[in-house]
Amino acid sequence: MKLLASPAVRVGISISIATGLYGVSFGALSVTSGLDIWQTMALSLLLFSGGSQFAFIGVVGGGGSGIAAMSAATLLGMRNGIYGMQLNALLRPTGWRKYVSAQLTIDESTATSTGQTDPAEQRRGFWAAGIGIYVLWNFFTAVGAFAGSGLGDPKQWGLDGAAVAAFLALLWPRLKGREPVAIAVVCALATVIAVPFVPAGVPILVAAVVAAVIGWFSHGRSDEGLEPDVEPYRGHHGHDGGRHSHRGNEGDQGSQEDHDGGRYRRRNGTVPGADS
Amino acid sequence: MSLWFWLLLACVLAYAWKLVGYFVPARFLEDPRMSRIAGTMTIGLLASLTVVNAVASGQALAADARLGALAAAAIALALRAPFLVVVLAGAGAAALLRMLGWN
Repeated sequence: MKLLASPAVRVGISISIATGLYGVSFGALSVTSGLDIWQTMALSLLLFSGGSQFAFIGVVGGGGSGIAAMSAATLLGMRNGIYGMQLNALLRPTGWRKYVSAQLTIDESTATSTGQTDPAEQRRGFWAAGIGIYVLWNFFTAVGAFAGSGLGDPKQWGLDGAAVAAFLALLWPRLKGREPVAIAVVCALATVIAVPFVPAGVPILVAAVVAAVIGWFSHGRSDEGLEPDVEPYRGHHGHDGGRHSHRGNEGDQGSQEDHDGGRYRRRNGTVPGADS
Repeated sequence: MSLWFWLLLACVLAYAWKLVGYFVPARFLEDPRMSRIAGTMTIGLLASLTVVNAVASGQALAADARLGALAAAAIALALRAPFLVVVLAGAGAAALLRMLGWN
């Protein structure tokens, strides 16, 4: 199996398992927020972007309208457009591959691909993570949806607390540095202030407007907040207990600097002059 | 039926965002503003969704067991727990606090 010798494919597989597994929590929370199993599966099969899917069911579960849920999910999906530009420049897919690549463009597949330096590895990483997560995410969504629909009163199991935890876990890896924390705090405050005055679901859109205004006028890193939910190359940054350590299989592919270099370019180089 | 409509529209628009990235000319990448807004909006929306799910109850604000879930999740994340463990910590904290009588 030559494919398994590829570091990017190995990273892609490990991130697929980690990400796919939490499809269980999405499936369970979705059916307890009032969606049926088919609606839950439609989100995982067609929308296929964890943050937006959680946003949709979060708004519906909080009593918000369908249009508010759709708006929150759509605004959260904007970053996938940016990832698409990066991946298109990097992988240059042609024909039907472009349309399939687009559907598989999410935080994790982008991070797995852009973390590599060799073009062939970038391509393998993207497809391994993209296809792997798509298959496992949908499988585990179904598992969660079936398990969740037999649970009875979701509050008794603390599932509303699980939703809170899920959103914080999606936010957490993006809070690197002072500025993203400040943005998060300002948007959280705007939300709390808006809650009594506007219909359920709308406070989230108020926060989105506040965040967009901050983004328009500020001059920080150009990819602030564009971080994957799961960091595939975490081991290389030296602040991890080795949970995603891939150091053992790189000898034949390139040095550690190569990998960090790829990541560094994505952060600082793909958008010329964006970083100070 | 109406929820189906908004759900499918959300799916179409999500795919549209993704596809747009593959078809816009590369020079758009040179404008850092768009990717900055995508980034700050991601942070803002997730922060807002966290807070709404923790303290909003319809149009009212409430301090209930969900605040315990928020605290438990933060502790789990600070300890570098994986996503699923964080979610279970949140659920466990909320369920436990309710059992103890705090709604």
